[in-house]
Amino acid sequence: MSGRLSPGIIVILTLLTAFVFAAAGADLLAQNDPLRQSLLMRLRPPGTSTATTSYLLGTDDLGRDLLARILYGARASLLVATLSVSISLLVGTILGLLAGWLRGWTAILVMRFVDTMLSIPAILLAVLTVAVLGPGFLTLVLVLGLTRWPRYTRVAFAQTLQVVTLPYIRAAEMAGCGPMRILLRHILPNIAGPLMVVATSEFGLMILFEAGLSFLGLGVQPPYPSWGSIMAAGRQYVQRAWWLTVFPGAALFVLVLCVNLLGDWLRDRVDPTSRSR
Amino acid sequence: MIRHLAGRVGQAIVATFGVLTIVFFIMRLSGDPTLLLVPEGATAEQIAELRHELGFDRPLLVQYVAYLSDLAHLDLGESLVQRAGVAGIVAERIPYTVALATGALLVALGIGIPAGVAMAVWRGSVLERALAAFVLTGQSLPTFWSGILLILLFGVALGWLPTSGADSLQSLIMPSIALGALTMSTFARMTRIAVLDELSRAYVTAARARGLSMRAAVLRHVLRNASIPVVTIAALEVGNLLAGAVIVETVFAWPGIGQLAIQSIASRDFLVVQAIVLFVSTVYIGMNLLADIAYAIIDPRIRLKR
Repeated sequence: MSGRLSPGIIVILTLLTAFVFAAAGADLLAQNDPLRQSLLMRLRPPGTSTATTSYLLGTDDLGRDLLARILYGARASLLVATLSVSISLLVGTILGLLAGWLRGWTAILVMRFVDTMLSIPAILLAVLTVAVLGPGFLTLVLVLGLTRWPRYTRVAFAQTLQVVTLPYIRAAEMAGCGPMRILLRHILPNIAGPLMVVATSEFGLMILFEAGLSFLGLGVQPPYPSWGSIMAAGRQYVQRAWWLTVFPGAALFVLVLCVNLLGDWLRDRVDPTSRSR
Repeated sequence: MIRHLAGRVGQAIVATFGVLTIVFFIMRLSGDPTLLLVPEGATAEQIAELRHELGFDRPLLVQYVAYLSDLAHLDLGESLVQRAGVAGIVAERIPYTVALATGALLVALGIGIPAGVAMAVWRGSVLERALAAFVLTGQSLPTFWSGILLILLFGVALGWLPTSGADSLQSLIMPSIALGALTMSTFARMTRIAVLDELSRAYVTAARARGLSMRAAVLRHVLRNASIPVVTIAALEVGNLLAGAVIVETVFAWPGIGQLAIQSIASRDFLVVQAIVLFVSTVYIGMNLLADIAYAIIDPRIRLKR
């Protein structure tokens, strides 16, 4: 990539790095154990401190340190989003490449399936599947990963159809490249840009889905912290403890905003014609 | 035009059929769907009896055909938890969700479209930047957070609006804003693009050359043409609003189908959950089809093409 980075994008990248460090270094950064309950310290406001420790962001309904729970919650958020986006990117790209390369019946079948998957509202599809399988971290990752691939397939398919007609593919074929080599070495790098744009916007969505499903009690299970489940508890104590919903929500909002802005920036880079819009 | 529409109807039928099939298989992902339907604490014998009664011990293909035939007769089954017909249980809640989705759509159209037009007409101004930030915020706000923030501000701190329930029309205000925010952003972005597209056309220059003010050109000509893509998006967004209701209704304890879905999962009443997913997906597909038909009617280029 050429050109300097604008100040805006540097701020975004810095914030995103901060989130990654907070998630990775939660053990070091958190002063208290996110799971340790203390009935004496229930629902204490931000800034409370005792002789032995302090609670910068206050405590939850079971007397657990909110700051520690938010830091560990970042871990759940980023892990679920990274893993599920990787799975759907992989599945979606393979199907799209194959459909675009083989065309004919394969393409019709795959793309019809894509249309059908996309006509079930995503959140309901995830809610139903998680509920049937029983909630948990692994279920969450698999369900999100295996229900969110159609968007990648659409892009990979459309891009592959365009790229295969280019003369250099014919040249590669005549030079004796097998289909695998052509797909992976010659087509994939050329369609990677648009796929990364989709992956970034999906990454933001997956963070929201993780939090949303955990909010509904269908994601990361208690006592393990997730921003969504912290806020679900906070909803019950909304009259008494505003910090339980305001802080994790703010973290979620800033993270998703940064990811979305990064996505817009990437799209402008990959497809300069979209900038005017 | 007829051929075009027939093709679209055919596609919608295929999609509906596909959704029914996907839901059928998801319900069987856990291995034994009987376990999804028994109340907690049932004995092994009761489960076996129920499995036979519901026909889950038959071959998968037979079950699939029976499932499709039941749905074809609009038979959604009997809730074992509530001992009542599933269709009735869901139908009772639908008006609440429709009211909520209507409220959200009004918020989204009322703010999103003027914002989009303003962003296009005053391109490059401070106003555009401010609106762009507003739209981006709406796009990144998780509904369950904005919902709770609204409750904290208007419900708890100011005490102007009820924090939950569906006792009065006032209860509808906050959930509508929370649910409508994302759709509002979509409308604003799409309207902006549509208006910008139209503004660059020759007819606008011609209208201005004839001495029309910018205001008159936009109001009389641009908005009409720009409305075509926006109308079709409105239809698609209705499906998204119904799905988004799952979370917003939980936040505000709004007694629609979204809250019902979550309650039914908690009480292991999966036939109700299945019915809700089928209902929303069908509406979603139906709205897609309506959007296509509306598009063909509004835009003569499509109507006359075939």
